[in-house]
Amino acid sequence: MEKHIQLPITRDMAREIKSGDACLLSGVIYTARDAAHKRLCALLDEGRPLPFDVKDATIYYVGPTPAKPGQVIGSAGPTTSYRMDAYSPKMIAAGETGMIGKGKRSAEVVEAMKQYGAVYFAAIGGAGALLSSCIKEAEIVCYEDLGAEAVWRLRVENLPVVCVIDSTGSNLYETGRKAYLETL
Amino acid sequence: MREFQAGVLTDAIRDLAIEANCVLPADMQARIEQARRDEPFPTAQGILDKIIENYGIAERNTVPICQDTGVCCVFLKIGQDVHINGDLRAAIDEGVRQGYAQGYLRKSVVGDPLRRQNTGDNTPAMLYTEIVPGDRIELTVAPKGFGSENMSRLAMLKPSDGVEGVKAFILKTVEEAGPNPCPPIVVGVGIGGTFDKAAYLAKKALMRSLDVRNPDPYYAGLEAELLEKINALGIGPQGFGGKTTALAVNIEWMPTHIAGLPVAVNINCHVTRHRTVVL
Repeated sequence: MEKHIQLPITRDMAREIKSGDACLLSGVIYTARDAAHKRLCALLDEGRPLPFDVKDATIYYVGPTPAKPGQVIGSAGPTTSYRMDAYSPKMIAAGETGMIGKGKRSAEVVEAMKQYGAVYFAAIGGAGALLSSCIKEAEIVCYEDLGAEAVWRLRVENLPVVCVIDSTGSNLYETGRKAYLETL
Repeated sequence: MREFQAGVLTDAIRDLAIEANCVLPADMQARIEQARRDEPFPTAQGILDKIIENYGIAERNTVPICQDTGVCCVFLKIGQDVHINGDLRAAIDEGVRQGYAQGYLRKSVVGDPLRRQNTGDNTPAMLYTEIVPGDRIELTVAPKGFGSENMSRLAMLKPSDGVEGVKAFILKTVEEAGPNPCPPIVVGVGIGGTFDKAAYLAKKALMRSLDVRNPDPYYAGLEAELLEKINALGIGPQGFGGKTTALAVNIEWMPTHIAGLPVAVNINCHVTRHRTVVL
């Protein structure tokens, strides 16, 4: 039923993942939200290297809560993705192949996904306690001064996500709603 | 006259902020579980199961239901026979500071909307005060996430737009929001007043229990009709399709000007959190 995906996702792998696929991701991902994306794209504009290898990277749009004693990380569900739309085409062109968030994306992001081969996954928004249990290791890579918006390297096991938009531009937010309405 | 030390509010806000973020209110839990029983679409059933599992984990382990532990909205209904000794504003912010530190909650507030430096302790609270009869203080803490806040809208309609215009605006707001505010959502609506009062009423509407309908049968009917129409949109949990797009529509209203029909829609996600105590 669910598709097990061992990270990193290459461009070729990205083209095999289809809209509507329920996937379990295992391996290394990076976190970045608004403020971190702004800094990362500023580095790309200046032609400077990023603090982590963006080639075939999957970025999770999340700002976790602080870990309680004994926890790897606090609650860690996705934030709304459209706020990253201004940055994602640049990140995809630089090598990013996977994005995890929730909610709609712009036409420009979808075009970049089609052109380069990238996928957009949604994790369940508001299920931060549940998703946290899939994160086995967590360390800050950079931008600690941003607090909740710092960039983390996470090792995840079987992180449950759904491919919403694939590299052909097919979109579960449109097809899922249509499929339900057709059952009425 | 009754006297309070401001520090009493600090302790209450600290405790309520932690509890609100980790324990989903009973009316929300009941409504989500009812929606799961009524949901015919398999994808949507699966999402609702995960949502139920998630708030169960949060409650058992005292961890935040959602990582967006919000800007801390504090509603105070202060009896007119109450006197507070000390700095009220400082006492409230100290409660937020302690609650967000001791509860391992995320600090999600920037001190300036344009220069955007995180304040580091989730202060200041968003404070709403109301003077009421009596000698008590009713205190509500409602952490507000911005995934849903960002999808909220306000319109200054014309009187000729009438109730049909109001319904169309609410439906358009929910439709355009789609998957972004983490459906199933709770829809708070404020109608009337002025530009700012309509927005305040919409937020206040989100504080009402989902089990309580508007006391005016006309508005209660409108709440029921809008809930049905929103759930006919088919957006579904997380926007993947399904019957359960909204759990409730709560409307608050007040008198307005002969020339106006303000309407505000404040959206909350399936983690609609608020806790109240009376001191």
